[in-house]
Amino acid sequence: MNNPLINYLLHLADTTLILSHRNSEWCGHGPILEQDIALTNISLDLLGQARLFYQYAAQLINESKKAEGVKAPSPQGERVGDEVNEDTLAYLRTERQFKNLLLAEQPNSDWGQTILRQYLYSQFQQLLFQQLQHHNDEHIAAIATKSLKETNYHVRWSSEWVIRLGDGTAESKQRMLHAINELWCYTGEMFIAADYELHLNIDFNDINNRWTEKVNTVFAEAALILPSGGGGAVFMQTGGKTGTHTEHLGYILADLQYLQRAYPNSQW
Amino acid sequence: MVNTANISKELLLGILETVTDPEVPVLTINDLGILRDVQLKDDGSVEVFITPTYNGCPAMDMIATNIRLALAEHGIQNIKVTSVLSPAWTTDWMSEEGKRKLKEYGIAPPQYSSGHSRWPNDNVTCPHCNSQHTNLISEFGSTACKALYQCNDCQEPFDYFKCH
Ligand SMILES: [Zn+2]
Repeated sequence: MNNPLINYLLHLADTTLILSHRNSEWCGHGPILEQDIALTNISLDLLGQARLFYQYAAQLINESKKAEGVKAPSPQGERVGDEVNEDTLAYLRTERQFKNLLLAEQPNSDWGQTILRQYLYSQFQQLLFQQLQHHNDEHIAAIATKSLKETNYHVRWSSEWVIRLGDGTAESKQRMLHAINELWCYTGEMFIAADYELHLNIDFNDINNRWTEKVNTVFAEAALILPSGGGGAVFMQTGGKTGTHTEHLGYILADLQYLQRAYPNSQW
Repeated sequence: MVNTANISKELLLGILETVTDPEVPVLTINDLGILRDVQLKDDGSVEVFITPTYNGCPAMDMIATNIRLALAEHGIQNIKVTSVLSPAWTTDWMSEEGKRKLKEYGIAPPQYSSGHSRWPNDNVTCPHCNSQHTNLISEFGSTACKALYQCNDCQEPFDYFKCH
């Protein structure tokens, strides 16, 4: 599939699905009940966004297959033949086909690291969706406008936690510094356009500048410092957007996709 | 199959107005502003347009099912439920009747318009004793659309339907 828009939709869908899955692993394990609920709420929001992106990608894939004359899609829209839908895209692709950011698949360690991962991503997503809500593709614009309201909650919640933990006890500060060191090398990928992103009218430089400014403000309030003084000296890992992942994604998919692989087409 | 000549848009709206939100059963989908439109097609089929509150709201699938069931009870079988994203749902679409029913049910209704950016919302009124001495416990409540507050006067915790 060489359509840039379809690849980009899959990238957005995969990132939100995988981060949703990671956060959902905290369900029942949060430090206190209210925060456990908050994180699972965020998981649900991300899952809802993933569904919208998968649904739109599936529609475009089916249309392009039909146009190419590849086996007509079944009229019932069931999972037969070549027809794809949100579920087949989530459950029946392999890790090399997943295009999520590496940041999203990083395993949970402590609460601080989970909070930081969420903040770094939500801050990016907020700026991205602010751009995409004016995108010339009306459907993408509608999804971004709708999702942005939720993302604003996520940014507020996660940034408040970054500040509370960074400027908290010696222990919480130490853990946040450790989390920054662990995760920082996965942030650069957000701003480096993959081939399929080159002609979609997304201004990555602008997002990068605003993101850096916002993160610096929050970190300053949290009395946290970036690695090597500014973060510029850290080697940034890339590959997620084009299917080259860390070893962690395979384990997530094994968990996530088990049921559909073992019992194809099962529904509830 | 009923005689489709007897079906009017008014009749359809009347049926749809009985469908309630599974998570807040005192509210109908009309009170919530989820129901956007219903169209009666020439071939006798019916298309219902709904808009999701929050993207991941698990109630939406159930609402679509309940819409089908309600219409099916009146003999309407050829039903399509379409989800529309734009314009995005906002709590401004909640009816005054809906807000009154929410409060009666024990949930504080949204007090400001969706553009209100101050958070936490000030002076949220306790649905039990009407005190405004309340404070935010958690921005995320039992469902995505609610926040958890507590009343300083009657001490009761309560859900607040967030401005969205
Ligand atoms: Zn009270």
